Amino acid sequence: MINFDNISKRYPGGHDALRRVNLRLAKGQMAFLTGHSGAGKSTLLKLIAMIERPTRGQIFLDGVNLNNISNRKIPYIRRNIGIIFQNHHLLYDRPVFDNVAMPLIIQGYRRQEIHKRVRAALNQVGLLSKEKAAPITLSGGEQQRVGIARAIVHKPLLLLADEPTGNLDPELSLEIMQLFARFNQVGTTVLIASHDLELIKHIGSPVISLQDGQITHNGLPFTA
Amino acid sequence: MRNRPPRKNQLSSYFSNHLHVSLASLGRLYAQPIATFMTAAVIAIALALPVGLYIALDNVDQLSSDWDGSTQISLFLHTHVKKRDAEKLMQRLEMHKNIKKIEFIDKEKGLEQFREISGFGDALKYLDSNPLPIVLVVHPKINNNQPDRTTALVKELRKNKLVELAQLDVQWVKRLYTFLEIANRSILVISSMLAIAVLLIIGNTIRLDIQNRREEIEVSKLIGASDAFIRRPFLYTGIWYGAIGGGLAWIITQISLLLIENPVHELALLYHSDFRLSGLGAGNTLLLILFSCLLGLVGSWIAVSRHLKEIEPS
Repeated sequence: MINFDNISKRYPGGHDALRRVNLRLAKGQMAFLTGHSGAGKSTLLKLIAMIERPTRGQIFLDGVNLNNISNRKIPYIRRNIGIIFQNHHLLYDRPVFDNVAMPLIIQGYRRQEIHKRVRAALNQVGLLSKEKAAPITLSGGEQQRVGIARAIVHKPLLLLADEPTGNLDPELSLEIMQLFARFNQVGTTVLIASHDLELIKHIGSPVISLQDGQITHNGLPFTA
Repeated sequence: MRNRPPRKNQLSSYFSNHLHVSLASLGRLYAQPIATFMTAAVIAIALALPVGLYIALDNVDQLSSDWDGSTQISLFLHTHVKKRDAEKLMQRLEMHKNIKKIEFIDKEKGLEQFREISGFGDALKYLDSNPLPIVLVVHPKINNNQPDRTTALVKELRKNKLVELAQLDVQWVKRLYTFLEIANRSILVISSMLAIAVLLIIGNTIRLDIQNRREEIEVSKLIGASDAFIRRPFLYTGIWYGAIGGGLAWIITQISLLLIENPVHELALLYHSDFRLSGLGAGNTLLLILFSCLLGLVGSWIAVSRHLKEIEPS
């Protein structure tokens, strides 16, 4: 699903965020990306979502070489990805339903289809009763679940999550991670950046560790 | 890649998306009535000014086209010419191929007109005899401004022995037309400058709108919105500003017309004319609104193409 071939990323100013990274994530796999802040986790996710482009090397997403994708075509790549942010990135000027419906509206689905899919997505994250609520009235965990519903409503091939549990207490964090595991079980490839090692161990999925822009560990969670 | 809804659905949902977005843009403007009104009012004033000038010019044009047909040659006959001879001359001239019709003004009628128009009526009482000559007013056949033919006719008429003076009243018409041409060009220049002003106003308003909706644009880009999709609501906002501004401009001109209509009519009566101001008309009103919508679209397009690129998710 994801294939990094010798990827380097140097930001303007000379900071090397990633150095010669090789990485493979098979279709239907779920993995965690760990490392200290500044290790390159966010950069790695941004390269997949085409928010940044690599300085050197090639990235293949579902067999497509992202270097060959022009800026104009980026939206169509992103439609196959669901992205979840630490700070939710919800729009507070519209109710939960409209937030979740955005990816479907963008892709031109019909109204009935949008209704069906949004309610299904909200049901999966356990927020069907809140569809008319304003996001601001929801708790942090609920807001994060709205963000997740928005990321999965269009059934993407790949889910990317950047510190999705960063602001949540351990119990809620576990709930969110289990939600990701459930999506993974129905075939979605999932890549989660997180520094919550306890939680990662609990889930038991493979771990990719980054340090100073290089992969130091790739495999089962280590017992440290 | 996958994740494409079926084609048939796509087309109808494309149109329903346009409808939805245009109404949503209008709703946004409606939600901030005062800000919207102020922007639209500035646009309206900038549009109403050239429209008002255009209406004024159009009216002058109409007024002068009445006179255009009345390009006329006044033949002042020698004072000793008898009325009978003059009538013979008139009959002969009426056959002339370049003459449309002739008015006969005998001495008495001439005196009457002079008394009426000049205001020296009282002075005329002191005259023993009528000093005025017989005048034949010749209306040449004019096909689209052929001054040469008219001038030739004047020359020909001058040769007649009964004629003392043949005067062509065309010089002032030419001057008027030149003046109107200058006015026309000036209005064009003023209109162009004000159209640019409208573009800038709308562009700036849309730019602020883009900044206010930064978050929404960023999120939309992240979840795969195409540039066209993100652009659309702003373009519709621009069109709506144009439409509202154009409508207001129309209202402003109508009110102004109402205000000056009566004085103009009174002035016209003083000149023995039943001239009345004519307004913009349905066709031109439609043109005004369409043009101002177009200005809105272009103005917002400029703003959008300049500023949307600056907003990228990070």
